[in-house]
Amino acid sequence: MSDSLPFLLVLLLVPLVGSVVVWLLPRTAEQLAKLVALATSLLTVVVMAATATAFDPNGARFQLTWSRPWIASFGVDFALGVDGIALVLIALVAVLVPSVILASWHEETPAGRSPKTFFALLLLLEVFMVGVFAVTDVFVFYVFFEAMLVPMYFLIGAFGGPRRQYAAMKFFLYSLLGGLLMLAAVIGLYVVSASQLGHGTFAFSQLVGMPIDADTEKLLFLGFFVAFAIKAPLVPFHTWLPDAGAEAPAGGAALLVGVLDKVGTFGFLRYCLPLFPNASRYFAPAVIVLAVVGVLYAALLAMGQRDMKRLVAYTSVAHFGFIGLGIFAFTTQSMSGSVFYMINHGLATGALFLVAGMLISRGRSREISDYGGVAKTQPLLGGAFLLAGLASLALPGMSTFISEFLVLVGTFSRHRVYGVVATVGIILAALYILLMYQRMFHGPAQERAAGWLDMSAREAWAVAPLLALIVVLGVYPKPVLDVIRPAVNATMNDVHQRDPAPTVAVQTGATK
Amino acid sequence: MTLSEGTQHALAGAESLAAASGAWSSMWLLLALPFGGAAVLLLGGRRADRWGHYLGTTTVLASFLLGLGYFLQLRGERAPGVQLHLFTWIPVNGFTVDAGLLFDRLSACFVLLITGVGGLIHVYAMGYMAHDPGRRRFFGYFNLFVGAMLLLVLGNNYLSLYVGWEGVGLASYLLIAFWYHKPSAATAAKKAFVVNRVGDVGLSLAIMLMFVSLGTTSFDGVFAGAAALSPGLLLAISLLLLLGAAGKSGQFPLQTWLPDAMEGPTPVSALIHAATMVTAGVYLIARSSPLYDLSPGGRTAVTVVGAITLLYGAISGTASDDIKRVLAFSTVSQIGYMFLAVGLGPAAYAFGILHLLAHGFFKAGLFLGAGSVMHGMRDEVDMRKFGGLARHMPVTFATFGLGYLALIGFPGLSGFFSKDKIIEAAFDKGGTSGLLLGASALLGAGLTAFYMTRLMFMTFFGDRRWEEGVHPHESPRVMTVPMVLLAVGSLGAGGFLAMGDRLVGWLEPVVGFAEPAAPTVDAGVLTLATVLVMLTGVGVAWVFFGRRAVPEVAPVRVSVVTRAARASLYADAFNEAVFMRPGQWLVRLLVWLDNRGVDGVVNGLAAAFGGGSGRLRRLQTGFVRSYALSMLGGAVLIVGAFLMVRFA
Repeated sequence: MSDSLPFLLVLLLVPLVGSVVVWLLPRTAEQLAKLVALATSLLTVVVMAATATAFDPNGARFQLTWSRPWIASFGVDFALGVDGIALVLIALVAVLVPSVILASWHEETPAGRSPKTFFALLLLLEVFMVGVFAVTDVFVFYVFFEAMLVPMYFLIGAFGGPRRQYAAMKFFLYSLLGGLLMLAAVIGLYVVSASQLGHGTFAFSQLVGMPIDADTEKLLFLGFFVAFAIKAPLVPFHTWLPDAGAEAPAGGAALLVGVLDKVGTFGFLRYCLPLFPNASRYFAPAVIVLAVVGVLYAALLAMGQRDMKRLVAYTSVAHFGFIGLGIFAFTTQSMSGSVFYMINHGLATGALFLVAGMLISRGRSREISDYGGVAKTQPLLGGAFLLAGLASLALPGMSTFISEFLVLVGTFSRHRVYGVVATVGIILAALYILLMYQRMFHGPAQERAAGWLDMSAREAWAVAPLLALIVVLGVYPKPVLDVIRPAVNATMNDVHQRDPAPTVAVQTGATK
Repeated sequence: MTLSEGTQHALAGAESLAAASGAWSSMWLLLALPFGGAAVLLLGGRRADRWGHYLGTTTVLASFLLGLGYFLQLRGERAPGVQLHLFTWIPVNGFTVDAGLLFDRLSACFVLLITGVGGLIHVYAMGYMAHDPGRRRFFGYFNLFVGAMLLLVLGNNYLSLYVGWEGVGLASYLLIAFWYHKPSAATAAKKAFVVNRVGDVGLSLAIMLMFVSLGTTSFDGVFAGAAALSPGLLLAISLLLLLGAAGKSGQFPLQTWLPDAMEGPTPVSALIHAATMVTAGVYLIARSSPLYDLSPGGRTAVTVVGAITLLYGAISGTASDDIKRVLAFSTVSQIGYMFLAVGLGPAAYAFGILHLLAHGFFKAGLFLGAGSVMHGMRDEVDMRKFGGLARHMPVTFATFGLGYLALIGFPGLSGFFSKDKIIEAAFDKGGTSGLLLGASALLGAGLTAFYMTRLMFMTFFGDRRWEEGVHPHESPRVMTVPMVLLAVGSLGAGGFLAMGDRLVGWLEPVVGFAEPAAPTVDAGVLTLATVLVMLTGVGVAWVFFGRRAVPEVAPVRVSVVTRAARASLYADAFNEAVFMRPGQWLVRLLVWLDNRGVDGVVNGLAAAFGGGSGRLRRLQTGFVRSYALSMLGGAVLIVGAFLMVRFA
């Protein structure tokens, strides 16, 4: 049953085929492998663009649907379909992967590791990342959710920094714990659906609005929630991320923090809220507290980091606090802000990790104190890092500002105190970014840096699209917000919430 | 006219704006020119090195001509302002913000100041930065600043204003750190940005309160609904806006970044940290006059902040030996006067803007003069190493001298008209508060005369105290011509705008005007008193620095008062002890906690399950891969088994 071309299926198949081709190439054809990987990812961007044009923001909630029975006896369908939220997240994946491939072109691989494996894994990861957003069957979602782990585990564990194995292990254990809890909840949901609907199902559209016994609902909510809270780490589930983010190769870190972790916040929106509206409302105050604590706690920790990639990872924990806050504040402003935040954070933090990686490939160290005056010796790297950093601190004029302000204003309209406390986070954001920038890029230039190349054309092409998008969407975010809004309204409906009305009624206009 | 009538006027002004048509629909060009210049200069790379500064200056001058055209056209309009809708910026259900511009009588003043004085300073910088390898980057940032500042004063809603607000903050950051190889410059830039962010929290929350209570952030929407807001809400919004304004304008308690900002090249100090950006706080409060008109508490807070700061800046200015820092403290202090004025409400909004415009001319001129002195003295800023420069730099001396006379309020020059009006309005507020505010302003006038006369004597008169090998010389024409033009402004701008209440009448439809009910002190007597206080300040400075020789090294054995003034009243020391150090301790504690505590518990659990710490150590050193792989295998097995069961 498809109402148009199976765009989403093509979006899965293109990188999958690319990944297999790259995998099958001989080890010696390294250059060819890279070119195939890049071409595949660019083709994905083209397909994505076509997909976006086929999507009607004012149409049905789920569009571009395509479905085949998978495990018929248990009602598992391989069902694809996207709402506005999933669409923009898939677009983020499509945009980020070519940048990551370009930036990783000369990625040094540990002895015995083949670069082509690296690129094959990247493309395989892209398949799963697209899939996890594009499916509308809870069970298939779970499968993709777990499958994502595998290529990322190898990217960290095989291609990462000195402590890669410890980091990969930690990443894996945390994710696995979350995954198992979710698996239990998925099965539980199936059991409930069997008794409530008369037939067991995993189809999202049938599960939404299904009445669930209050206690069961809370338990099932927690199963999903903990898995997602580990994935998009909310304090105190966050300690795996700094290790994984620091040890992963820069491109892997960009995808890990930029996209993979977003599956967690996406999961809150797509699964926790619509499937368990009562439990979501019940737990919302607690989640909001965790989120606000995270905003401040992780920002303070970021300031104390000496390793630039760990620092960026901690800033992301703070940003996930903002996203979680926006989702559980239950206003269309904050929720739209959170979705837009996911996109912008992917672009900004992706760029930040990539530029950091470029710097590390020259300076051979992740320690901030090993750098100084780089703006003098490598002005382009300095400029790109500063732009990405300013995006990370949500400078007005950039897209990140719009999302952060929407989250804050929406939160403020319902929870004054939390809104105020989270707003203080903008001071801390300025501190952690500018402290790092000053230490590495300002001050007297280092002699050893004089011989390093500035950004190459390849590196510039990797980062420029991300930075350009941040600026363009800061000035004209309407196309993205227009796509997000209906999906957010639908989610608000699912969780039975409405925006607070302005507290003071005023007749607008020139009435005297 | 009573106060409430002034309010009526302001509201009426806000509601009868005309929609843009004809030439007005090209208003966006005002911003597009400098922004375009910035983009070309910053993205153009080295090939723009040769002509970049010409482009940068041309865009600003073109913007000025365009602004002049719109100003003349506005004079012919019946409405006090014209709005141009550009596009829908942020559409999220109830929260819909349009990108739009508002060119009204208030923003017109600022547009002309920013592009006019800004254009002159661009010309000056062509000479000042001629030999700097980063000249193109400099003009790129400079254009970025002008564009952002125009957005700040032309945006027709608080959120657009916020974007311009932060844009000028970014330009300020980049330009303070322009010579970033100096750690002091890098630190000063960061400090400026972070302190401004503290103010931004206030501005953000104020905007949020507006949206939450009125459902809009546009100027006309908010002002139309202002009357319906409760007094508590109005007070909250007023105070939060004041926090934002204090950050941007270097007002108490967020003033400490401004003197440090002098690390930037001198044209930056002239344009951004004297004439335009730092007055944005005054603009914000004048723009929000319909809110402040309804909040007496908010207005009182503004006057108190203004009075404290004007004294703080003046006292700190008396003890510094760095010529640029003295001028910076002077800026802090003069903006204090402007805050005091706009805090007085409809009685003095226009006087605040009058002082702002007059100050824009003479303070920019003074900074350019200081830059010219530094240019001739091998970038020396220590006034104890100046002396007797009047003869060697005649043009600089003459233009600086006029700026000096304007600043201290010498009768007939710019500052005289504007400052006198503010002092008068402060006394006219009546009651104890009026007396206190008026006395502060009067005292400040004396201190201003003192520290500026001290500066004049130390720099231009007395013995030469130059370092060896320094040969002071006059600056090139490209630098002196802007100085002369600004000196003309210092001479006449105040009088021109004040005569016949020209500016007051022009601004009345926007900010209103209310004559005080009954002047408490006779205006003539007060003017005489102001002049006497000013002359006293000049005289005291002459006794200490004109009659006696200036020591080349600052005296060590000085009174407690001098020591406090030298430490700018311990404001930095306070911030360091109360915010910075405890903050650093907290960060260190949290890092330790996060590694040992949160992470330690998790690792400990893993170790416990894994059979002791020996296993954990192995996990970290090499066995982890096989271990992880077996876990992965387990997971696949579970999923597989689950699938099998389902298939069965």
